[in-house]
Amino acid sequence: MTTSFSLPRRRFVQGLALGGTALGLGLTPTQLFARQGQTGAPELRGNQFQLNIGAADVNLTGRNRPATLVNGSLPAPTLRWREGETVTLRVTNHLPETTSIHWHGLLLPFQMDGVPGLSFDGISPGETFTYQFPLRQSGTYWYHSHSGFQEQTGLYGGLIIDPAEPDPHTVDRDYAVVLSDWSDQDPKRIYATLKKLSHYYNFSERTLFDTLRDFREKGVVRTLKDRHMWNRMRMSETDLADVTGYTYSFLVNGHTPAANWQARFEPGERIKLRFINASAMTIFDLRIPGLDMTVVAMDGQPVKPVRFHECRLGVAETLDVIVEPKDHRAYTLFAQTIDRSGYARGTLTPDSSLSAEVPELDPVPLLGHREMGMGAMDHGVMGHDSGAMKTMDHSRMNHGGMDHGDMNHGDMSGGMDHGSMNHQGMNHGTQSGMDHSAMGHANHDTNAAVPFAVSADNPDLPARQSATEHADSEYGPGVDMRAMSPAPMLDDPGIGLRDRGWKVLTYADLEYAHGLPDSTRPEREIVLHLTGNMERYMWSFNGIPFADAEPLELYHNERVRLTLVNDTMMHHPIHLHGLWSDLELGDGRLLRKHTLLVKPGEKLSYLVRADALGRWAYHCHLLYHMEAGMFREVRVVPPPQSRHQHQEGHS
Amino acid sequence: MKSLTITNGALTALLALFALFTTTSAQAMEGVPARFGQILVDQLEARDADDGTVAAWSANAWYGGDINKLYFATEGERLMDRGGETESLETRLAWSRAFAPYWDWQLGVRRDWQPDDPNRDWVSVGVMGVAPYFFETEANLFLGESGHSELRLEAEYELLFTQRLILTPEVEASLYGKEDRDLGIGKGLATVEAGLRLRYEIRREFAPYIGVHWERKFGDTADFARDHGEDASDTLLVAGIRVWY
Repeated sequence: MTTSFSLPRRRFVQGLALGGTALGLGLTPTQLFARQGQTGAPELRGNQFQLNIGAADVNLTGRNRPATLVNGSLPAPTLRWREGETVTLRVTNHLPETTSIHWHGLLLPFQMDGVPGLSFDGISPGETFTYQFPLRQSGTYWYHSHSGFQEQTGLYGGLIIDPAEPDPHTVDRDYAVVLSDWSDQDPKRIYATLKKLSHYYNFSERTLFDTLRDFREKGVVRTLKDRHMWNRMRMSETDLADVTGYTYSFLVNGHTPAANWQARFEPGERIKLRFINASAMTIFDLRIPGLDMTVVAMDGQPVKPVRFHECRLGVAETLDVIVEPKDHRAYTLFAQTIDRSGYARGTLTPDSSLSAEVPELDPVPLLGHREMGMGAMDHGVMGHDSGAMKTMDHSRMNHGGMDHGDMNHGDMSGGMDHGSMNHQGMNHGTQSGMDHSAMGHANHDTNAAVPFAVSADNPDLPARQSATEHADSEYGPGVDMRAMSPAPMLDDPGIGLRDRGWKVLTYADLEYAHGLPDSTRPEREIVLHLTGNMERYMWSFNGIPFADAEPLELYHNERVRLTLVNDTMMHHPIHLHGLWSDLELGDGRLLRKHTLLVKPGEKLSYLVRADALGRWAYHCHLLYHMEAGMFREVRVVPPPQSRHQHQEGHS
Repeated sequence: MKSLTITNGALTALLALFALFTTTSAQAMEGVPARFGQILVDQLEARDADDGTVAAWSANAWYGGDINKLYFATEGERLMDRGGETESLETRLAWSRAFAPYWDWQLGVRRDWQPDDPNRDWVSVGVMGVAPYFFETEANLFLGESGHSELRLEAEYELLFTQRLILTPEVEASLYGKEDRDLGIGKGLATVEAGLRLRYEIRREFAPYIGVHWERKFGDTADFARDHGEDASDTLLVAGIRVWY
């Protein structure tokens, strides 16, 4: 193996303190991959690239551990492209196993999308695959492996496409901030461990002493009552993350908190920070103490600017913000995990010798009624029980004809107090939750009713009366709960962020910058419930894992509504490849995204223009959830009539 | 010989069923079957008994997918003093199938390896799972030769003092449908065992513990024990480790 590889025609290595200039220069692949992997991402510019995927050791925790790297760096190089150009990427696989690169959020021919089994066969060991596609968009995106667990071991990097027209938001400095999670454990082992003991990594379980404290503070009866539903459901109030800081180190551009990645600025400058959550499993809450941020784009797409102080960033989402620090001081980029088991940290500083205080981790928030999808429901009428038959009857009876008059309001308010720490800040909570669920499907659609997609051949598409109705497939060993009254929660900052004394950005604050990107009138509606069994570590849509599912068919160029109902206690970042997801914000407003973080107990809808024929992946972007089966193939096919005509034309 | 034939027959049927149900089970995205396995030595302990130190164990293992698993369990006791003598050894092989979110039913075969008396073979039907309030629960009905039957009920709870210091109360009761004089078992409620073990998880997979084990024989079973000069009730201090992989 002494092939030298062609260098990008124009390459540019920027900023970071690493020997990045040596990467790929004058080294044979053997030499290159024998070395220690670098941490920190160089930036490569141009439209032709040679990317070498190989294994190397990295040392992030004091131990050398195997990683999967592109051109020897973790994260992979940040690729900087220009809208309107066509990029060519020769990707060579130096691993002993199949690999792939998926360009997350990009509109491209499906054969270039990089999903083995759907787009292509994957890149076999020793092979080179050439990706080539025109760039039809600008913004901040990322790329990662779609094979096995390579994404967990380092195969991810930032992707910046500069706009063809000048950017309306001019800045003095521009940094990609790639957030990720790293474990010294083999990801196969992590997955197997979750299958054996799903709470293995949760070291925030409620203890006897928590119970005694609750007895003292809330009284014995109240405490027992509050705990009743958790005990009945056999679920943990602290189950916010499957894999935690127990095994993860959280990285900013490949730097641990101790290594402290630095970005330089001069006071008075405008700085763009492009946050990319490239984690396998970690949802981050981002903030810069002492500095407000102004969001200008999310998932690469421009939004109307909003000033905020903190934001939850789901796995695979990207967020472009502008900050304008006026003082000669350092600022900490602080990204704590949703379960408060750790944080990623970097520093924004005018002087490399300065650093700023790192905030304490917040206390572990407790899941509450909202996360259970109970809205304002009484404890007693949960759609959950041990016996399958009992559950079925129980919940069906309730979700069909839910009647406010029948609810025990006294008991209900007592129950709600249980989560008062979390809930107080949410004046929109109780009422809207109730109203929406009671009104069901009809309420979010002020236009004429949109017909549900129904197919006798696809168990995902049974006949249904409402989006919140639970399909038969949701009753089985793989589904441990079904949200009783899932509610829209777009303006809810989310668990742990509801009582902040500062502005927390929500989807409801955002809107596509240039009016409506597409029509607000869908032709059909497809409903998928996000389902799982935490104890067994099974994850699925509609209770059906990918292995047992049929592809979802979209008709070419149709406008379809996808409605997601989260019937689990976890957040799920749901990503549709190749097509935009236009989140319905209400009042006819849309937010254009590629990945949507769906809260526990939430129901949300988005519109998709099926304008790209082919086979696309559609899945939860939590790596181990995807692996467990929270995955679908979406096929964009010619509409039935045109297929018919097509056949006639041939006959 | 007869018992061996029954065991073999049941085992063959069991394996055939297992193969039938697992070949159609879930495949991971790249076509690799998603199968996992675990070995859990729940108790491996020394008991401070009157007639010397007794080693006791309770372990299980499984292999399979989310729905269907091959399940193996063993428990037993061995007197460690005077050259050592196995007092009881039981093994069970079962097909375990998830039928509800927290419950599996199990169909299997069990053999009791008796040191002096004849071995006993059983067919087992049971359910295993997590009951509300997080009680790990197991109920098995064993049907043996010559009309013998046993109903065994087990429940266990984990009380967290800290994230790693965990107290586990457990209780197990055995009821028999027919007297088995060879083994000193009477009809009806025969034994109740209870344990209280405090473990410290150095890692999740490795936890030393100390505790108390109490057992009591009832009815004719108690009488048989007294006839043999044994106590009907016993309370023992235990120390051991809990490990899994």
